[in-house]
Amino acid sequence: MSAAEAKLPGNLQANRRLSQWVRIEPAGTVAVTPGKVEIGQGILTALAQIAAEELDVGLARIRMVPATTAASPNEGVTSGSLSIQDSGAAIRQACAETRAIYLAEAAAELGVAVDALRVEDGEIIAANGRRTSYWALADDALLDREATGQVAPKPPAAHRTVGRSAPRLDLPDKVLGRPRFIHDIELPGMLHGRVVRPASRGARLVTVDEAAARALPGVVAVVRDGSFLGVLAEHEAQAIKAAETLAARARWDERDTLPDRGALAQWLRTAERETTVIEERASDARAARTFSATYTRPYTAHASIGLSCALAHWTARDALTVWTHSQGIYNLRADLALALKLPPARITVQHAEGAGCYGHNPADDVALDAALLARAAGGRPVRAQWSREDELAWDPLGPAMVVDVSAGLDAEGRIVQWTLENYSNGHSSRPGRADQPTLLAAWHLAEPFPVLPAINPPMPAGGQQRNAVPLYDFPGRRIACHRVLEMPLRTSALRALGAFANVYAIETFMDELAAAAGKDPVEYRLLHLADPRGRAVIEAAARRAGWSGRRKTEGRGFGIGFAKYKNLGTYCAVVAEVEAEREIRVRRLTIAADVGLVVNPDGAANQIEGGAVQAASWTLKEAVPFDRRRVTIAAWEDYPILRFSEVPAVDVELLNRPEERAVGVGEGAQGPTAGAIGNAVFDALGVRVRDLPITPERIVAAMG
Amino acid sequence: MAGGITLTVNGKSRTVQAPQDTPLVHVLRNELGLKGTRFGCGANQCGACHVLLDGHSVPACDTPLWAAAGKHVVTVEGLAAPERPHRLQRALIEEQAGQCGFCLSGILVSAAALLEHNAAPTEAEVRAALDRHLCRCGAHNRIVRAVLRAATEAA
Repeated sequence: MSAAEAKLPGNLQANRRLSQWVRIEPAGTVAVTPGKVEIGQGILTALAQIAAEELDVGLARIRMVPATTAASPNEGVTSGSLSIQDSGAAIRQACAETRAIYLAEAAAELGVAVDALRVEDGEIIAANGRRTSYWALADDALLDREATGQVAPKPPAAHRTVGRSAPRLDLPDKVLGRPRFIHDIELPGMLHGRVVRPASRGARLVTVDEAAARALPGVVAVVRDGSFLGVLAEHEAQAIKAAETLAARARWDERDTLPDRGALAQWLRTAERETTVIEERASDARAARTFSATYTRPYTAHASIGLSCALAHWTARDALTVWTHSQGIYNLRADLALALKLPPARITVQHAEGAGCYGHNPADDVALDAALLARAAGGRPVRAQWSREDELAWDPLGPAMVVDVSAGLDAEGRIVQWTLENYSNGHSSRPGRADQPTLLAAWHLAEPFPVLPAINPPMPAGGQQRNAVPLYDFPGRRIACHRVLEMPLRTSALRALGAFANVYAIETFMDELAAAAGKDPVEYRLLHLADPRGRAVIEAAARRAGWSGRRKTEGRGFGIGFAKYKNLGTYCAVVAEVEAEREIRVRRLTIAADVGLVVNPDGAANQIEGGAVQAASWTLKEAVPFDRRRVTIAAWEDYPILRFSEVPAVDVELLNRPEERAVGVGEGAQGPTAGAIGNAVFDALGVRVRDLPITPERIVAAMG
Repeated sequence: MAGGITLTVNGKSRTVQAPQDTPLVHVLRNELGLKGTRFGCGANQCGACHVLLDGHSVPACDTPLWAAAGKHVVTVEGLAAPERPHRLQRALIEEQAGQCGFCLSGILVSAAALLEHNAAPTEAEVRAALDRHLCRCGAHNRIVRAVLRAATEAA
């Protein structure tokens, strides 16, 4: 097979030149240049470990270079828990081939056979004691070639760096308060920009008195393009004040565009939609009893602690550089090009770290804001940042969902028929995937771009389809998804996408069926699950949580939840222990996860633990409030999230599977955590709360 | 604002030429170049921007410059010398207590204030002291462990 035909691992397939991924530097360092980006999940550390492993160098020699469209491989979006699979596999192969190329050079120079060489921290040492090094041999021309796929990476048994809990590379800067975030970048001559968003969804700007804002100290420009309104000032505090002044003097034409929040499920069921049958399998098995239930989850915000921020600099009339914390620099560039009517090649998009995003938050939107404002900056760079109110209220929300589940049980209580149908908007409005931009400001321009309804990524990952298909062995099954095509509230990818609500529904319903069948919830799941890795995490979580020896006491309950993320990735089982007082307190989450080969055990545990805590917050507290015109969040107090005093103890066990493919861990725990908490609430109180979040009001309502 | 406003920041006297109602967070980040203090909400609701003001942990977004006049401000950069980080900073790294890390500066400041007046806090006291700080990544338990660990180490 020729190199051009070879199927290469991960994103090396589409970005085949070794020089796109790795560079040996004479100073004794290795530059690794993934297209994936750090979003607080620790991916740069894990990828650095993989590079260090294959090259046989110390981790300290790896220099992770932030992604830029000027140089990095196009790895799409850092999302879907795919970076370890796609980028990690590419870096593993690229570095294995780099090592082989440098060993061949060394063998020629030292006059020995390649197999007489070993590498110790970049030193290449021959059996006869002669030596050279990567650094001495460093030559960019050596890697200016395509990968061949002909070099085998190390077997897991030989790993020394992979599989070890290397400390996070980015943490020292963050703990010491060093400039590291995009918010900390200061460009020479930089102006500060703020956008005044429309007064409500669908509002059009009628008039605005700009004079008062223009008269404020430091104000450089007021920018208006249709209903896009913003301001530029010399200092940040001046820009904020000017934006407030403008907002107070803007008149908007407003109308009701949002559904009735009190009848949201009804709206989702009746809105215009597109139906896709995901799976349909008939079975002759006869049901003796049938059951059905409906579960809902509300619109949910990403709610990053940092504000969305970007910098933009027009270096010529038709040339733009943007600094962004977007998850997809090439995708953002494509949408900026559409919105600004520029060829993509005239735009450079440079990544800089932001706060955690948890999916498609306004990081991309603010980049267009900065670019539009910077047009009025006279060639000076502009730093734009959203307000907390806009960050929560104009966020591309995780879509509200309705999930209908029904099942038929045979005479022994086994599930023989299963149906699941869900209703929601699409789960992705990410940029770069259509011939129209999805960036917020593009909708508000004098020549506006159309609002496209959110889509669902295709199966097997899916959006609202994600984990709609249960992993359990039900003989008869029908799974269908109804994607709502009206999008009054903009929706997009929130961590785990549809898997959160689907798994909540499946796992809660499993418990309801177990109760109907008179079976223990753990035993009932195992009865329907042949997959050995799935069984193993359920058994491990149950064992670790002391499931079989648990004691039922007043107001205390235990519940279990399980899923294999996307039915492709992490296996995760969660046992929740809750206490029902005035409100539900989750006391402990005991988690077992199988992520295949573990690159960084502590990093993986940290991601699982964090995902579980975030899911507990979604499950107990979070729902985006809105009226018929707008999201009614002005500040954090309108969107409470779990606090330090409310966070449960979390205990994570990673099952060691070095022989299995490494998969991403960031989204495996969310659905199972929600299911476990819902089931524990039932165990404690004897009521089913099928509408998230599980608030005291909902519990009272469920008690009916 | 003629003559500016003088305050002590991380042990150094600084005179700032800015309107006296300018929030301290902007003064620290943009006038004095101390980017460690993070801006998260501007409304004293998330805790990301906390600094010590005469030893008390306060939100710098909700503290006007005039209120800091003549006072001692300590930011995350001033908790310890860079070459010898504060025991809380060391403990956060030892516990790998963070994911995105955006909340950590404010948390460090409040934890330092806690340890100043309570050398051996209980876990519940640590959680109570940090309750006004939001963390979205779910690193809470690691952060609490780090503060408890720091409390057992020499200052």
